[in-house]
Amino acid sequence: MDLENQKRVKEFTEQYGPENVVVLLGAAEGEAAGLAAETVTNGDPTYAGPLAGVSLGLRVYHVCEPEVKAEFDEAIYDEQISMMEMVLDVDDIISEMSAIREDFCAFKD
Amino acid sequence: MKSVIRGAGYVLAHTPDMVIHNGTTQTTERIVNPASEYLTELPSHIRTFEQAVAYWPNQVYIGNRTPDELAAVPQPWCDKVCDCTDRYGRFGQIMPQNEFLLLMQVCDVFDLVKLDSAFVAANREAFAANPLVDETITARLQEGLDAGEIARLVDEEGAEGLYHLGTLVGCVKRAHDIDANLSAHVMHENLVSKASSVLALLNVVHCTGIDKNDVEYVIDCAEEACGDINQRGGGNFAKSAAEIAGLNSASGSDCRAFCAAPAHAIIDAAALVASGAYRTVVVTAGGCTAKLGMNGKDHVKKGLPIMEDMIAGFAVVLTADDGVNPYINLQMLGRHSVGTGSAPQAVITSLVTDPLDRNGLKITDVDKYSPEMQNPDITKPAGAGDVPMANYKMIGALAVKRGELQRAELADFTVRHGLTGWAPTQGHIPSGVPYIGFAREDMLSGKLRRVMIIGKGSLFLGRLTNLFDGVSFMIEANEGAKEAAPAAVDEKQIRGMIAEAMRNFADTLAAQAGE
Repeated sequence: MDLENQKRVKEFTEQYGPENVVVLLGAAEGEAAGLAAETVTNGDPTYAGPLAGVSLGLRVYHVCEPEVKAEFDEAIYDEQISMMEMVLDVDDIISEMSAIREDFCAFKD
Repeated sequence: MKSVIRGAGYVLAHTPDMVIHNGTTQTTERIVNPASEYLTELPSHIRTFEQAVAYWPNQVYIGNRTPDELAAVPQPWCDKVCDCTDRYGRFGQIMPQNEFLLLMQVCDVFDLVKLDSAFVAANREAFAANPLVDETITARLQEGLDAGEIARLVDEEGAEGLYHLGTLVGCVKRAHDIDANLSAHVMHENLVSKASSVLALLNVVHCTGIDKNDVEYVIDCAEEACGDINQRGGGNFAKSAAEIAGLNSASGSDCRAFCAAPAHAIIDAAALVASGAYRTVVVTAGGCTAKLGMNGKDHVKKGLPIMEDMIAGFAVVLTADDGVNPYINLQMLGRHSVGTGSAPQAVITSLVTDPLDRNGLKITDVDKYSPEMQNPDITKPAGAGDVPMANYKMIGALAVKRGELQRAELADFTVRHGLTGWAPTQGHIPSGVPYIGFAREDMLSGKLRRVMIIGKGSLFLGRLTNLFDGVSFMIEANEGAKEAAPAAVDEKQIRGMIAEAMRNFADTLAAQAGE
């Protein structure tokens, strides 16, 4: 994850508290989504950014996961996301994201 | 008036030592974690010049092999040797580091680049043997300094070292004692960009056979900025490169728009030619040292060679309509506007379908799309996927949503209307333009009718806006010959007129004979 984004996630978490922050990802690949998810839960796996060694344990989802999709206005989702949903390997993304949440998310809801 | 693509050229310089000393992944690591395993491992993953030349995507970049031929080679490509290992191709060349360092010195007009005299002497002949290097270039080459003085400049004066095969062979001095914009680091970065742009300009003149004096304007669309403390990005890379390349009739300016800049610049150039402002405009770009070894950590971790070891450049020549070369249809431009939004769907709609809709065309009416042509051999191991393929899937998915394609045809669409990426990940370099050379040839041969070039840029990197950016333009086969079709009718008339004249002539002769 971009070092500047890591910094912003860290600052928001300090400002609002980890229980009030949800990170929403739009990565195009399962692996990239998983890496970003790991960064905001367990810490930066590349040990390069502000979240290196910092386990925030945040709730993190990909925008194509069913839990998130259900929250959207259907028409907006169709206009903004449906094309990408057709392109992405959604099953792979769900599997990566679920595994990271299972292992590192501090909120099991 | 139409503006046509007179030709395009593509150059690479293999700069393995700059990967280690100047790529930002490496320079950052050296600050953050100087004893890292990555920095220790890195040198053993560096490719030789011969390996870089024998790398399939590089042979495609300089035109010795085609994108279709590359697509037929199973990935990964980094463990394969291309069946062509010529450093020269019909679109350009791959320059070795020793020649490139001499070219950097040639491009320096402020006495900043200093080379070891022994290094200059050892490489002067090879440099002069390059077909792009004429006496105006070699005349600029200096004898150099002794090795001790180079080392002193690096150790005591903050000069940026120039290395070849692990040895210090020169340096770039700072251009100001306290101005960070003229530091040795920035001057090194800018002189590499300038030198590779000069190489691209010399190459495109060579490839197209245009007269240097015909070039009236040059637009540089790389990603660096040159200027001093009072005007950090003042410019002008374009004119400075044109000077060394001997384009004496040209003025020029820089166009900056991150990775989208080449597409912006070509639209600018096409409009300048079409309006009659200038008859011949060249769009050029040099490469970027910062991005050398950008994904090196992933490549080393996976036991792969460092594939981001090439400084790349390109140049495209646009001239007034000649009735033959493919032209840029300025009625079919796509643009991501301020109000477009950043969702991929909105982006693709603005760049691809909006211009098609305005002209009554469908997505499938475009023979080939050339968006971000990053080499997947580099991006896939870094977790960034196959970038061109992701673009083709998005364009295809939009076609499905619009009812122009069946969902089952999606995979076939990516092959028929897409290309396999081959461009080095140098930001602006992969941005649509690497295909222009092949597209031009395939249009001249009648194989293709319509090609869309798409440039995209991530403006948030500059921290001034979160907006995305992109523009697209359509290249179409020149219908000059067909437009001349009415002449066939005229030809009939002409034949009739000649026949009539001959008859009159015969009559006259007969009359004279009768007298």
